[in-house]
Amino acid sequence: MAEEEFTDINGNSISLDCQSHSAFCREFTVTSPKLSLRKVMIYTCFVWLFAYAVFFFTENTTVLSSAIILTLAGMMIHIHFVKVDHETLLIIGSLGVQLSSSYASGRESTIFIEMNKLKDIVINEAVYMHSIIYYLCILIKDPADPETVTSVVPLFPSSKPRLNCLVQMYRSCQEILAQSR
Amino acid sequence: MVLKIFFPQCCNTADSGLLVGRWIPGHNSAVVLAVIHYPFIPGQVKKYLSELQSQTQVDLTVLGSWSMPKEGQEGMDSFLKDLSTIFPQKSWIQLSREIGKTGFTCQVVQNNGKLLQDQEQKNGDDKIILIHYDQRKVMLSQLHPVQDVGQKSDVEPSELRLVFQTAAQSQPLFFLDKYDDGPLKLTHWQSEGREASIIAELLKQASVPVCIFLTWLLSLWHWLCSFRILYLRPVLFISSKLSTCVQSGYRAVHFQTVFSPKKATTHMDFMRKANTFVSFLVDMALGLLLISWLYRENRISKLADTLVPVADRVAKELQELLEWLMGAPAGLKMNRALDQVLGRFFLYHIHLWISYIHLMSPFIERILWYVGLSACLGLTFALSILSDIVALLTFHIYCFYVYGARLYCLKIYGLSSLWRLFRGKKWNVLRQRVDSCSYDLDQLFIGTLLFTILLFLLPTTALYYLVFTLLRLVVVLFQGVIHLSVDFINSFPLFAIGLRICRPYRLAEGVKFKVLCQEPGSPLHLMMEINPLKCSAVLQCYRTPTYSCYPKDSWAALCKKLFVGELIYPWKQKTTKTD
Repeated sequence: MAEEEFTDINGNSISLDCQSHSAFCREFTVTSPKLSLRKVMIYTCFVWLFAYAVFFFTENTTVLSSAIILTLAGMMIHIHFVKVDHETLLIIGSLGVQLSSSYASGRESTIFIEMNKLKDIVINEAVYMHSIIYYLCILIKDPADPETVTSVVPLFPSSKPRLNCLVQMYRSCQEILAQSR
Repeated sequence: MVLKIFFPQCCNTADSGLLVGRWIPGHNSAVVLAVIHYPFIPGQVKKYLSELQSQTQVDLTVLGSWSMPKEGQEGMDSFLKDLSTIFPQKSWIQLSREIGKTGFTCQVVQNNGKLLQDQEQKNGDDKIILIHYDQRKVMLSQLHPVQDVGQKSDVEPSELRLVFQTAAQSQPLFFLDKYDDGPLKLTHWQSEGREASIIAELLKQASVPVCIFLTWLLSLWHWLCSFRILYLRPVLFISSKLSTCVQSGYRAVHFQTVFSPKKATTHMDFMRKANTFVSFLVDMALGLLLISWLYRENRISKLADTLVPVADRVAKELQELLEWLMGAPAGLKMNRALDQVLGRFFLYHIHLWISYIHLMSPFIERILWYVGLSACLGLTFALSILSDIVALLTFHIYCFYVYGARLYCLKIYGLSSLWRLFRGKKWNVLRQRVDSCSYDLDQLFIGTLLFTILLFLLPTTALYYLVFTLLRLVVVLFQGVIHLSVDFINSFPLFAIGLRICRPYRLAEGVKFKVLCQEPGSPLHLMMEINPLKCSAVLQCYRTPTYSCYPKDSWAALCKKLFVGELIYPWKQKTTKTD
């Protein structure tokens, strides 16, 4: 178990949790900051005041009810499809790697990549406008053609941890990958 | 190397016995399929396994022993170790579990006597992972992308795919149970006591004679369609234009696949059959619903009564439009003589059309009544008939469009050719390019005269062409919408979506693992669950191929054709199915 102060690329604080289930099985969980109540209240008040202003001029109550429905629907869509609560990387030596994103509403979406499709786990850098972003990614290969990289799967796309966090995870993963080679 | 053992959840509470399963070739892993209990005769076990091997093409072997000692059964361990001499193996797996503990202990003995432990020893680089799986779900599930078992592929199937295939192919192993009176007592997923539905079994038995009968009906229909009279040119042409005939031909092909008495062998064949059958049932149900709505309160005769006044109204609107064009439309000044000629020509056509409609009006109600009954064949039929009726009723608009387009086209070609003459050039047909040419004086004179005449008559023709093209495009748009909805009903894989919603484990995209908390000293336990396919992937994979209407030209080509005056047929139906 290791917990230090980590931040993501935008400066929000995140937390990393490493669990070692066995000598060849490790799990990394990166938790994003939760939905801020203040932001929700500000957005809701803004939308409702705007709707009330429109109602004041048009005297039509459907504006108000549609504003309420819109706010509710928007909030449900946001917590079910957009807001990621935590992301997990489970690496099991000689079996594969599992990536899982858990959303604020409890929904989980999981991908499992088998070991024979996995070429390597590396830290890649991307230049975006004025900043350089480091990200951990999995290089996928076709089992029939082991030398070419067919695709790159970035890890932790919503949490986006910084380099110090990535380096820790990279070292752990490489230990396990070295064992299974 | 890490040894992976796939252990079914149903055997977690089984009594002690032998583990039966398969070693996965090429990977260091084993799949446990069942547990054979004591007492057994080793000779009978071997015979049974070799019988099953020839039946299922899966190399089933005895993998090891499983011990879950109850009270009074101590001392089994030595007995179990001796069993490894009776069933000679490369490695002998010994799994044991104590009541009260959740973790298993596992020992693997190689055939040279070396013992592999899974403790965290200093020299322990041999480890064991126990992966629990739900046997029934894995047996019924199909991993996507679908690769047939029999087909030869260059790619080595991955480990998980082999596990799924092993479970699916070992169905005969699951026929005998520990509650049966046979010589061998097995525990597998059937021991949990799943019930079968008698209705499903009866339907399966009844479906064979029904299929044979329907196939005979279909052959009758094919014999009817093969009459020589139907192959005459005009009949062939009309039937290719009428969407009802196209739809009926398409459905006949569907029925041939669905009602063939042969059982579907591969997964894709089965899904195709099921999708076609379910979509046909839903189509018929919607059609019957439509009929019940149409024929209640005599709505169909009300519809027939409004048909003639609507046609009259359309004709009257067209007449007013032509009168407007013959005057000074939108302030433009037309060439009086040409205007009158074209206007009178079209007005006469409308007059003919109205007389035809009035002639038909006493029969329309009867015809519509019988035609409406054909909606019992399905909603797609009703929509195709609607599209055909619209096409027939707006036939005069189509005729006007063709006249206007042809006139305009001729004018444009004449103008372009005479414009070249005006500049002293000529179109070289051999070389497919514009060449200079010296004309005689009288040629130039007549050419320039004709060019001027055509140029000044252009606005009138262009206006007529524009108006009728717009009307034609409106009709085409409406027909296109109907065709799109028919296509949607035809191709939507209802059975696959229903399966994805009700039994998500049947269509698997992959698996997901969960680490089960364990006691120290036991190997790593993982829980393998099936990750179902996403709905969008289901749609993409199982869409029934159709004769989909698609736009023949791109937007740019369409605009160019409209400008030049070529006749457009924006929806082209593919004659062959796409896959």
